[in-house]
Amino acid sequence: MIEMQGVFKKYPNGVSAINGIDVKINPGEFVYVVGPSGAGKSTFIKMMYREEVPTSGTITINGVNIAKLKMSKVPIFRRNIGVVFQDFKLLPNLTVYENVAFALEVIEAQPKFIKKRVMEVLDLVGLKHKIKMFPSELSGGEQQRVSIARSIVNSPRVVIADEPTGNLDPETSWEIMKLFEEINARGTTVVMATHNKEIVNTLKHRVIAIEDGRIVRDEHRGEYGYEN
Amino acid sequence: MKIRTIGRHARESIKSIGRNGWMTFASVSAVTVTLILVGVFFVIMMNLNRVAETVEEDVEIRVHIDVAATKENQDSLKAQLEAIPEVKSVTFSSKEQELDALVKSMGEEGKAFKLFEQDNPLNDVFIVKTKKPNDTMKVAKKVESFTYVAKVKYGQGKVEKLFKFINASRNVGIVLILGLFFTAVFLISNTIKITIIARRKEIKIMRLVGATNGFIRWPFFLEGLLLGVLGSILPIVLISIAYYRAYDYLKPKLTGTFIEVLPFSPFVYQLSGLLLLMGALIGIWGSMMSVRKFLKV
Repeated sequence: MIEMQGVFKKYPNGVSAINGIDVKINPGEFVYVVGPSGAGKSTFIKMMYREEVPTSGTITINGVNIAKLKMSKVPIFRRNIGVVFQDFKLLPNLTVYENVAFALEVIEAQPKFIKKRVMEVLDLVGLKHKIKMFPSELSGGEQQRVSIARSIVNSPRVVIADEPTGNLDPETSWEIMKLFEEINARGTTVVMATHNKEIVNTLKHRVIAIEDGRIVRDEHRGEYGYEN
Repeated sequence: MKIRTIGRHARESIKSIGRNGWMTFASVSAVTVTLILVGVFFVIMMNLNRVAETVEEDVEIRVHIDVAATKENQDSLKAQLEAIPEVKSVTFSSKEQELDALVKSMGEEGKAFKLFEQDNPLNDVFIVKTKKPNDTMKVAKKVESFTYVAKVKYGQGKVEKLFKFINASRNVGIVLILGLFFTAVFLISNTIKITIIARRKEIKIMRLVGATNGFIRWPFFLEGLLLGVLGSILPIVLISIAYYRAYDYLKPKLTGTFIEVLPFSPFVYQLSGLLLLMGALIGIWGSMMSVRKFLKV
């Protein structure tokens, strides 16, 4: 499903963010990526949805080596994965409905199907009653739900989340986590970078810890393992 | 691309124009203001050019035929004149016609010249018009050397000055129009650029959600087109009304003078088309240039 082999990443400014990572994530897994700030966690996640390209090594997702993906093929690749961001990344001029529908419009789906599917996922995240609102009219938690709805509307096999609860209060974070659990229970692979100790230690899943650009720990049903 | 996707892009661009209210207003007014400037200037330039053309068209070469020339000599001279490539027309005017014209032009005092009807001292004349007014001097010089030509007159000295003045003012006009045009292009495309830079985050998000560059570009293309077209409406309406009024006002005052104002139709329609095209092209160009920068995520 997701496989990294001998991955290195050095930024043009000389910083070596990733120093040799080999990892394999199987279909249906739920994986936390943890580690101190600046350890390379974010780069690790960004390489998975091809915002960053590794300096060397291969990253295979759904059978495609995205380290060698042509610029013009990047959007096509991204349609098969869902991405959720810390800052939601919703289109401010589109309503809740339009934001979610956008991911289906890019693949030129049938309008009837778009309508049905968008309402389905918005129902799943509990925002069916707010489809005509703009992101600025929603709370952080609600915005993140929209973002999650958008990430799964394409029925991707992998959802990648970069600190999805980073901007949310604890209570809202738990509601968001419930959604990810639900998505994972339906068979979707979830890879999530997080700083939330409580969540990692309560909702037990595989934990990959990254320090200095290397994997220092990889345990099933692991602990967060840092004090903060 | 499927047909319904084109429809989607059109809807999206119209929606975006509505939802980006102030940005739309800024872009449209930039287009409006500059196109009004360009339009007004264009009207003035085209009319001045028209006046210059009328003045130039009045320039003619009067070839005085030697009194000794027979009918055959005159005919061969005419053929010779017509053979000059720059010449447009050669008209014969007998000395009687010339005298009549002279008498008429003098008004009351002209009656004194009536006495000459018995013994007309004037020459028969060929009136030569050139295809391009600027060739007048050249043709006149050539004609002087022909046999049976007594004198060549075309307003020597004055015509040279006139042409110099007209040519200079034409060049100045072209430079001004070009300058104004480039100012318009930069002003408008910059304003549109700012409105799109404000949305570069959106473009990045679209890429992250799997939109291809073409998919992102289309609504912006249409939006630029619409902004340009919207911006050109007011200038077209204003200039049309103003020209209509000005034409009505000036026309009676200028009859009898050599100044002539271009008639409303087709000039204003051509100008409107030009302004619309300019607005649309600049709008598209501005938005495409700015989107291009943000598509490499």
